[in-house]
Amino acid sequence: MSKLPLQGIRVLEFGVVWAGPYCAAFLAGLGAEVIKVESLKVFIPMTRGQIPRPTEEMLKELPPGVGATPGRVPGQRPWNCMPLFNAHASNKLGMTVDLMQPKGKNALQRLIAVSDVIVENNPTETMEKLGISYEMLRQLNPAIIMLRMPAYANEGPYENHRSFGFHIEGVIGHSLLRGYEDMDPSATTSVLMGDAASGTQGAFAVLAALHHRRRTGKGQLIELSQAENLVPFMGEAFMDYSMNGRIQSTIGNRHPLTVQGCYPCRGDDRWVCITIKDDDAWSGLCKAMGNPTWGQEGKFSGPVERYRHHDEIDEMISLWTKYLEPREIMLLLQDEGVAAGPVMDQRDAFADPHLIQRGAFEEAFQQDTGTHLYPGAPYKMSETPPKIRRGPVRLGEDNRYVYQELLGYTSEEYAILEEEGHIGMEYHPDVK
Amino acid sequence: MPDQALCNIKVLDFTQHVAGPYCTKLMADQGADVIKVERPGTGDLARRLGPYPDDVPHPERSGLFLHLNTNKRSITLDLNTHAGRNIARKLAAESDVVVESFRPGTMESFGLDYQSLKSVNQNLVMTSISDFGQTGPYRDYRGSDIIFYAMGGEMFSTGLADREPVKLGHNVILYQAGATASVGTMGALFLALDPEDGRAVGQHVDVSIMETQVGSIDRRMTALIAYQYTGEISGREHYGGSGYPNGVFPCEDGYFAIAGGRVYFPRVVKMLGSPESLQDPRWYAPESQSDPELRQEFEQTFLPWILSKSKQQAWEAAQNHRVLSGPLNTIQDLANDPFFNKRGAFSQVDHPQTGPLNQPGRPFIMSETPWTLRRPAPLLGQHNKEVLTELGYETEDIIRLRELGVI
Repeated sequence: MSKLPLQGIRVLEFGVVWAGPYCAAFLAGLGAEVIKVESLKVFIPMTRGQIPRPTEEMLKELPPGVGATPGRVPGQRPWNCMPLFNAHASNKLGMTVDLMQPKGKNALQRLIAVSDVIVENNPTETMEKLGISYEMLRQLNPAIIMLRMPAYANEGPYENHRSFGFHIEGVIGHSLLRGYEDMDPSATTSVLMGDAASGTQGAFAVLAALHHRRRTGKGQLIELSQAENLVPFMGEAFMDYSMNGRIQSTIGNRHPLTVQGCYPCRGDDRWVCITIKDDDAWSGLCKAMGNPTWGQEGKFSGPVERYRHHDEIDEMISLWTKYLEPREIMLLLQDEGVAAGPVMDQRDAFADPHLIQRGAFEEAFQQDTGTHLYPGAPYKMSETPPKIRRGPVRLGEDNRYVYQELLGYTSEEYAILEEEGHIGMEYHPDVK
Repeated sequence: MPDQALCNIKVLDFTQHVAGPYCTKLMADQGADVIKVERPGTGDLARRLGPYPDDVPHPERSGLFLHLNTNKRSITLDLNTHAGRNIARKLAAESDVVVESFRPGTMESFGLDYQSLKSVNQNLVMTSISDFGQTGPYRDYRGSDIIFYAMGGEMFSTGLADREPVKLGHNVILYQAGATASVGTMGALFLALDPEDGRAVGQHVDVSIMETQVGSIDRRMTALIAYQYTGEISGREHYGGSGYPNGVFPCEDGYFAIAGGRVYFPRVVKMLGSPESLQDPRWYAPESQSDPELRQEFEQTFLPWILSKSKQQAWEAAQNHRVLSGPLNTIQDLANDPFFNKRGAFSQVDHPQTGPLNQPGRPFIMSETPWTLRRPAPLLGQHNKEVLTELGYETEDIIRLRELGVI
């Protein structure tokens, strides 16, 4: 096997919640040495959980991302056991440092000097408080690449606007383009798609900058506004407004041109999605349903006619699907060349023969959670398979490597930093 | 003009519709020379999808196509002919990257699969973007954006508990797939061009759109791991979840989203002007955020407040108190937002068939290697002569190829 693509590239991650950590997870998967920089004195909600030390009762009430620790018990170090965090924490190293103290700042400076990339997605003022800016980084390391991912911008009227991905998504128009067509948008579920898109395109941007650096020796600053980053995803609606002044709204599960829906199946809360792309697919659907006479009716004879009678078709399809299991319907329809697939919950995903055969899940171990299956990289690479090399990183797990091996601190210095609250694997007792 | 990050990269692009073209658009917009290979006569499927100006279909005026193919060159090639495949092979030999989105097995039937192209270009990175991937029992299945989200993503927990699950808007699923493919492609490219390593390492990147949906919204990966840890299956929960105020609320001119529950509650109280009624310690007890009666009581203060505010007013008030929030904008609100316009988030693109149009612009700002609009989306086969000449074909050869229907 060849070396991994980003072997030899060191990334410092000041990531919170999702976008920054997810970006760094791509880079780690491609072989970069990603060091997650955290503090024992600061706890950021929705990153390693909701609060540092939840009781068992509190855990039971919290949403899965910040509550579903193994067995829903806090354990010794609940912050190492949160699904929301462990989803993007594999293949990374972890160090802790208190950047509000001179010794912490000094350690960071030494680390910056030997790193290639910094990834962060904090509110702008947080980085200012920590004294971290591109100018400062560049003085220590002229070829450094810095990716900043503010919600909106690092300067200007929206500079310090606080948002979750859900809010950014509202601002750029996606929230009004999805959801049930017959309900108002307050029936919208939270969908943190902006975070995912920022992490992904942020990783692309870093790779582009690394590519440029290798050719020219120059680093650079990348500002990825999470809002702007999502605008291209709204392409169709945006172009329709530009061309026709039309303000689109949600069409629910429908397709703009052809019959499509999500239909109930046998069992509790089981569903299948079907898209009838053309006349052949319509014939295939009818065949799979046993060629019912209604399928031959003139009012369903062509795509325009079918779209006009969408409601009626939905009803007829539902009458067929509700007696079958989603997977059964997929097999029947795909056999006839019709696009169909079940709505898969977690249990379905782990049992899916296609995902299993493609190795979509990989086993990984971590001391505080044990051995479990985790989703692997979302692409396969023939020469450098991006495997999970190491389970989700624990708070401060690699302090010794970072301080002593990488930065050359002596054992005495290390002990002092431990004493002073920089180094450790537990949050400071006062941290809320 | 400043350097662009990928100005030395050549991409041969056999993709169509959304996911593949978005992947190569990301690269083209950063300077890569992307040669888009289209089928003579019809071209990319996206040309037949709207929106169109005044809703009049025209293959050179599709908004979807114009958006997804900026900075690319277009050639037409009939890959069912030997001559067409031959040209494709020659182009691949000179490219750093090939991206394709045919059904699995199609490139092989053209003799243009990874193994064949590798024999003419050792360092080649080839990315195949398909519905379900190049291997596995669903390889030849048909998909659509709703099906990818249903099977690979977290559609299961999107929507309301007493209704059917609901998909995301438009084709956002496919954009995310394209973006994901671009990361795998760039990673492979970084290794393939490694000047320190003498050994050429090209490779094949296999992207299953279904599998990219594990990262379409954060909750899918989280939910999968939560299931591993506890066996819990996620339900469809209304946005709010626990705590208040949390969710989407009507305001004077539309809807406003806010996440002000639990740890953020004190900020919300300040936003509301610290009313006397919300000072009582009972609001701040650990259990109070889970108390439905207290929630109702809170809403008596909160709802009149938010209903009296416009989206922008509510946003300003909330942000003044660092409350996580945002308006539910229409695309019109977005396109006219002074802040985004001033920052240059959108791009004026002048296309010969439509005239100037406001289009989505750069997704991020690179200080040294700016996103640059070098050319609008190409006309079908616009660069046939240019590209074939670069490849060494004489004018008479090109005329012959055109008459034979190869280009």
